[in-house]
Amino acid sequence: MKGWRPPAPFLLLLPAVLVLAAVVIIPLILSLYSSFTPFRLTQPASLFTLIGFRNYVRILTDIEFWTAFGRTVLLLTVALNVEMLLGLGLAMLVEKATRGQRLLRTIMMFPMMFSPILVGFQFKFMFNDNIGLVNNALQSLGLTDQAIPWLIDGSLAFFAILVAEVWSSTSVFAILILAGLLAMPKEPIEAARVDGCTPWQTFRYVTWPFIMPFAYIAMTIRSLDVARAYDIVKIMTDGGPAKRTELLWTLISRTAYADARMGLANAMAYVAILLSILFTVYFFRKLSAARTQIAAEW
Amino acid sequence: MATVSLEKLVKRYGSLEVVHGIDLEVADREFIALVGPSGCGKSTTLRMIAGLEPVSGGNLKIGGRVVNDLPPRARNLAMVFQSYALYPHMTVRENMGFSLKIAGQKPEDIAPQVEEAARTLDLTHLLDRRPSQLSGGQRQRVAMGRAIVRQPDVFLFDEPLSNLDAKLRTQMRVEIKKLHAKVQSTVIYVTHDQVEAMTLADRIVIMRDGYIEQVGTPEDVFQRPKSKFVAGFIGSPPMNLKDAEIADGQVVFANGDRLPLPARFRDRVTAGQKVTFGLRPDDLYPAGHGIHSGEDADVHRQDLRVILTEPLGNETLVFSDYAGAEWVGRMLNPRRLSPGEALPFCFDLSQAHLFDRESGRTLRG
Ligand SMILES: Nc1ncnc2c1ncn2[C@@H]1O[C@H](COP(=O)(O)OP(=O)(O)OP(=O)(O)O)[C@@H](O)[C@H]1O
Ligand SMILES: [Mg+2]
Repeated sequence: MKGWRPPAPFLLLLPAVLVLAAVVIIPLILSLYSSFTPFRLTQPASLFTLIGFRNYVRILTDIEFWTAFGRTVLLLTVALNVEMLLGLGLAMLVEKATRGQRLLRTIMMFPMMFSPILVGFQFKFMFNDNIGLVNNALQSLGLTDQAIPWLIDGSLAFFAILVAEVWSSTSVFAILILAGLLAMPKEPIEAARVDGCTPWQTFRYVTWPFIMPFAYIAMTIRSLDVARAYDIVKIMTDGGPAKRTELLWTLISRTAYADARMGLANAMAYVAILLSILFTVYFFRKLSAARTQIAAEW
Repeated sequence: MATVSLEKLVKRYGSLEVVHGIDLEVADREFIALVGPSGCGKSTTLRMIAGLEPVSGGNLKIGGRVVNDLPPRARNLAMVFQSYALYPHMTVRENMGFSLKIAGQKPEDIAPQVEEAARTLDLTHLLDRRPSQLSGGQRQRVAMGRAIVRQPDVFLFDEPLSNLDAKLRTQMRVEIKKLHAKVQSTVIYVTHDQVEAMTLADRIVIMRDGYIEQVGTPEDVFQRPKSKFVAGFIGSPPMNLKDAEIADGQVVFANGDRLPLPARFRDRVTAGQKVTFGLRPDDLYPAGHGIHSGEDADVHRQDLRVILTEPLGNETLVFSDYAGAEWVGRMLNPRRLSPGEALPFCFDLSQAHLFDRESGRTLRG
């Protein structure tokens, strides 16, 4: 076989393509395929029985799945909004700082440096009903004399998880919005002040439209994240007690490993990915709209 | 309807004082131009008037009321920024109507005012565009429109034309002049283009290093500069300024060349006094090519060698060598000159200036 040789770019890219295929594409296809089988880890042979959409149909009627789904969306929505507001506030405060701004920026990034597992443990300890800091503080302040069961009561546990999530990720918003504030030209703000705006009106009509795209970038990034909110929940409550804080991803991992129903779990995972994609697309649209609005050059 | 008074106005950034207690009275409907070299504090002064910079000392009054501590929105003025500072996310229409909207006017009341201003500035066809879709000159007009729509007591301009090309600048200069005639507001206009200052202003304020050097009408500052600095700053090309000494009733330059002492300074100098002699290019011309005939009593004739010429069409700037330095003269009805050529020049000493070399102050009464 002489004559034809693959072109050089193709040859040069081939190793990368092969590695990508091995670690990304093949597992992806395999998992998608397995979501159409009754695959159980304990019965490898079941991987080769196709059952069509039966897993998906099952999910659609599974109340447990939809509860977890709803809870995830709720967590996502509340967390993103709270993070957005806190991040905005933090960014505006830091932007006002005339001295030590660098230091503040670095400190602001601290939560991002912690692994979510650590954050989970940290908050699990803080919200512990017997030895936790939170109860201790509340009791010392005389606000309550009971041990509040933070991680045991369903809605309290949801709140505790939310706090942990917000703590670890507000900085994403703060950093991106701060970047927006620092990149913003100062003259339109001055023009607004001369045009008669109160500080609030200046923010509302001039500053906010300008930093909105940055907030949406943060939203987009975070919407990918929260749909994967596994680690913190896993450590803090593991979906419990009695599935009262079950989120999509704890449910999926339980289905896959504890119940060993890999096929069903993969089907759930694809539905969850769909949710994540929907959020991302939504924020991405908002982002492009906001960008055109301020005629951004990026 | 507003006067603006600066009384011993001071601006400090930390321990650095950049405006040193300046006094200025701006009459109602007056057009004042603030000029001066870069960094002399023009923008800072303007921004204090606007309320964008806190006043560090002295009093600032608008319409007789002390406004030192009032925010910009309580001062009812409009400002046109050098960078235009349009709101990038609003259309031209929204930009121009923004201040009215903030003031709480109804949309149906705002629209006609915006359209009226747009007509004045020839912006009607651009009303629905965003600033990013406009050229520099158009943005400049929108910035002006935004200011006009407010009908403010005082207009503040900070080098509004400096980002435009020469032709557009000339055109907008005329527009601003017409506009002022029409709206009849008080205007404070910062520029470092002295042509703008001379053509637009009722009075010119020349600043230097945070002090006011001179305040006067364009004729005043051109014909009767109070200091060497003003003399050199106003006029283009700048006045010839050469150091000299008074001896034997003559002006003696460093290399020994001498000119007669101009008549009006005869009683004002003493022998041995160190001075700076000033003569505008208009008053130094090849014989027969000047504004005046060159036959007047106070005209001194002298042969000079031409170093270089700059033909401008209707006139030629002639650089020639005298008293060991380079002097610029202006030649009307020019003919072609070649470098090295020597020809008789007229020094119109009736128009000459003398400044004290130490203080830089004029020696005339
Ligand atoms: N925020 C600041 N902090 C410290 N010094 C400042 C600040 N802003 C301006 N200055 C100083 O104040 C002086 C006056 O500045 P200003 O901007 O008023 O000059 P200007 O006359 O407008 O000059 P230009 O013609 O270049 O615009 C300058 O020396 C400048 O360095
Ligand atoms: Mg300036």
